[in-house]
Amino acid sequence: MRSSKVKAKPPKTQGTGNGTDVVLELRLYVAGQTPKSLIALQNLTKICEEHLQGRYRLHVIDLVKTPQLAQDDQILAIPTLVRNLPQPIRKIIGDLSDTQRVLVGLDVRSQAK
Amino acid sequence: MARASKRHKTATASHALPQLKKSPSGIAGFDEITGGGLPAGRPTIVCGGPGCGKTMFAMEFLIRGATEFGEPGVLMTFEETGEEMSRNVESLGFNLQSLADKKKLFLDYVRIEPSEIQETGEYDLEGLFVRLQNAVESVDAKRVVLDTVEAIFSGFGNSGMLRSEIRRLFRWLKDRGLTTVITAERGEGTLTRYGLEEYVSDCVVSLDHRVNDQISTRRMRIVKDRGSSHGTDEYPFLIDKKGFSVLPLSSIRLDHKVSKDRISSGIKDLDVMLEGRGFFKGSSILVSGTSGSGKSTVAAHFANETCRSGKRALYIAFEESSAQVTRNMRSVGINLAQYIQKGLLEFHAWRPSQHGLEMHLLRIHDLVDEFNPQVVIVDPITNLISANPNEVHAMLMRLLDFLKDRHMTATFTTLTANRGAEEQTEVGISSLTDTWILLRDLELNGERNRCLYVLKLRGMAHSNQIREFVLSRTGVHLLPAYIGSGTVYTGSARLAQEAREKAEALREQQQLEEKRKEFSVRRGVLESQIAALRSELSSGESEFARLTRQRSERQQRLALDREEMGKIRGVTSANEVVNS
Repeated sequence: MRSSKVKAKPPKTQGTGNGTDVVLELRLYVAGQTPKSLIALQNLTKICEEHLQGRYRLHVIDLVKTPQLAQDDQILAIPTLVRNLPQPIRKIIGDLSDTQRVLVGLDVRSQAK
Repeated sequence: MARASKRHKTATASHALPQLKKSPSGIAGFDEITGGGLPAGRPTIVCGGPGCGKTMFAMEFLIRGATEFGEPGVLMTFEETGEEMSRNVESLGFNLQSLADKKKLFLDYVRIEPSEIQETGEYDLEGLFVRLQNAVESVDAKRVVLDTVEAIFSGFGNSGMLRSEIRRLFRWLKDRGLTTVITAERGEGTLTRYGLEEYVSDCVVSLDHRVNDQISTRRMRIVKDRGSSHGTDEYPFLIDKKGFSVLPLSSIRLDHKVSKDRISSGIKDLDVMLEGRGFFKGSSILVSGTSGSGKSTVAAHFANETCRSGKRALYIAFEESSAQVTRNMRSVGINLAQYIQKGLLEFHAWRPSQHGLEMHLLRIHDLVDEFNPQVVIVDPITNLISANPNEVHAMLMRLLDFLKDRHMTATFTTLTANRGAEEQTEVGISSLTDTWILLRDLELNGERNRCLYVLKLRGMAHSNQIREFVLSRTGVHLLPAYIGSGTVYTGSARLAQEAREKAEALREQQQLEEKRKEFSVRRGVLESQIAALRSELSSGESEFARLTRQRSERQQRLALDREEMGKIRGVTSANEVVNS
């Protein structure tokens, strides 16, 4: 079920699960190429590479292109990072400049390094 | 009244000027007090405490826009889900889902769950804008409702950012020419808890819900409506099964059409007092009197007469039930039940304390709308006076206005305090009504009698007489009061006086008869005397004639004798001798 969903929406950026650990399914919602969005994406990529190697799938959604998703996924603030899986859903808003807070938000700190 | 007419004038005058365009809300009465509705293409804040009807106002604005004015709308709720919202307005007969299916409405529930959200670094609410834009574009919306947008304050921590985003949001809405209603919770000492009114400078509507003597009244005030003339008063409003309705307090425009047609009062003798033809059609009649003076009976007669002539009458009773009134009226020979069965008479009885004044007014409005009667009777209006007589006055003014506008003859009964200044009705509505019939008790010689007089009647030469008002098995009769030696006699005093009068008349009659007899005897005597005298006279006359005749015969004979003697003597010219 989980993997099929991932397959249905293959991540834009890299990310392949190793299989053993729980794979985080992340979505970053942005609205166009705004500075905040770019910073957020930069920060997120960095965090993922440093702390979540191979344990995540990232999907960047530009709401300017798919505005309907803003309603469907209850997005208000931009940028918003959503951890869809594992449940429950978690949302982190902001440019993700505070790595520790992002990790707490994603609930993955314990597995760092 | 003066204010109302002034307002009306300025409203008409400003039509000529380039006035801010208005977007009709479709809310009954609201467009009237704002001169057309909400400012078109601008945001309006509707604020008030919990349960005051903000959301209902916004919803009706949106739905009426979509259904009646061809302006699709976007509903963005922050507190209730679309489903909940649909259910809320279902009771008003609106179906949000079907409107959404027809692309007349776009529903978006913005869920804010602070516990799910972690903040790291800078962000803005571009997502909200994206959603709004998407919504507006998908139905080509002209109207937007943001139901309690301030809920975002509870969801996000960065209030500085939120404020600037809200400012941007309002700007955004304005730039796109969207007529927006933003609801906001009332704050402590401020209009809204988060001071949203700072950002909206166009129109602020404040709703209020207060309880007075266990009766709740909702009120609305237009705090600000830039660029347009608006009523600044507090207007009562209601939310009922038909939605939101605002009742303008001062809508008397005094430009009703008037009728010259008459309508019988149902009491023949009363009609006689009214130039013999009854009340003016479409006028207002006040029947006042102390308790037990027969106000309801007068009203029932009127209802009876109206129905008898095939017209419809609406009877609103605040004291007695329908059954009680019909039973009581049967005792004076009025059968109201038959008209109720025929559907000509509609009876509605409810307790005055059952609702606030506005609800009463609205209920009467609704009944009038449904039944479309020619005559409306409210019996008695006095019972409505609860807390604030001013309000009752205003309410009755509105009711009268409403009925006059529809050419309905209104009859109100009102109770006046015993032995008080009866020329002052408590509610002071006597000045509003066209006709004022006063029922009065007169206590005299140990009994109490009812009197009726027409105190005021606009536009008619009415009787100034006080009539005795008698309730009998055959209905009401007005007896011409006995007026003698400067006093009005009623009841047994009148009867006594009448008896006295009769006795006196009889005595006079007898006296006259005697005099007549006496005279006829005298006449007989005199006449016989005259006859005697006459015969005496005639006998005298004949005697005289006889003597005259004798004398002339004698003279003739003398002449003849002389002639003879002359002949004998030979004298020829006898004639000369005779003549000399």
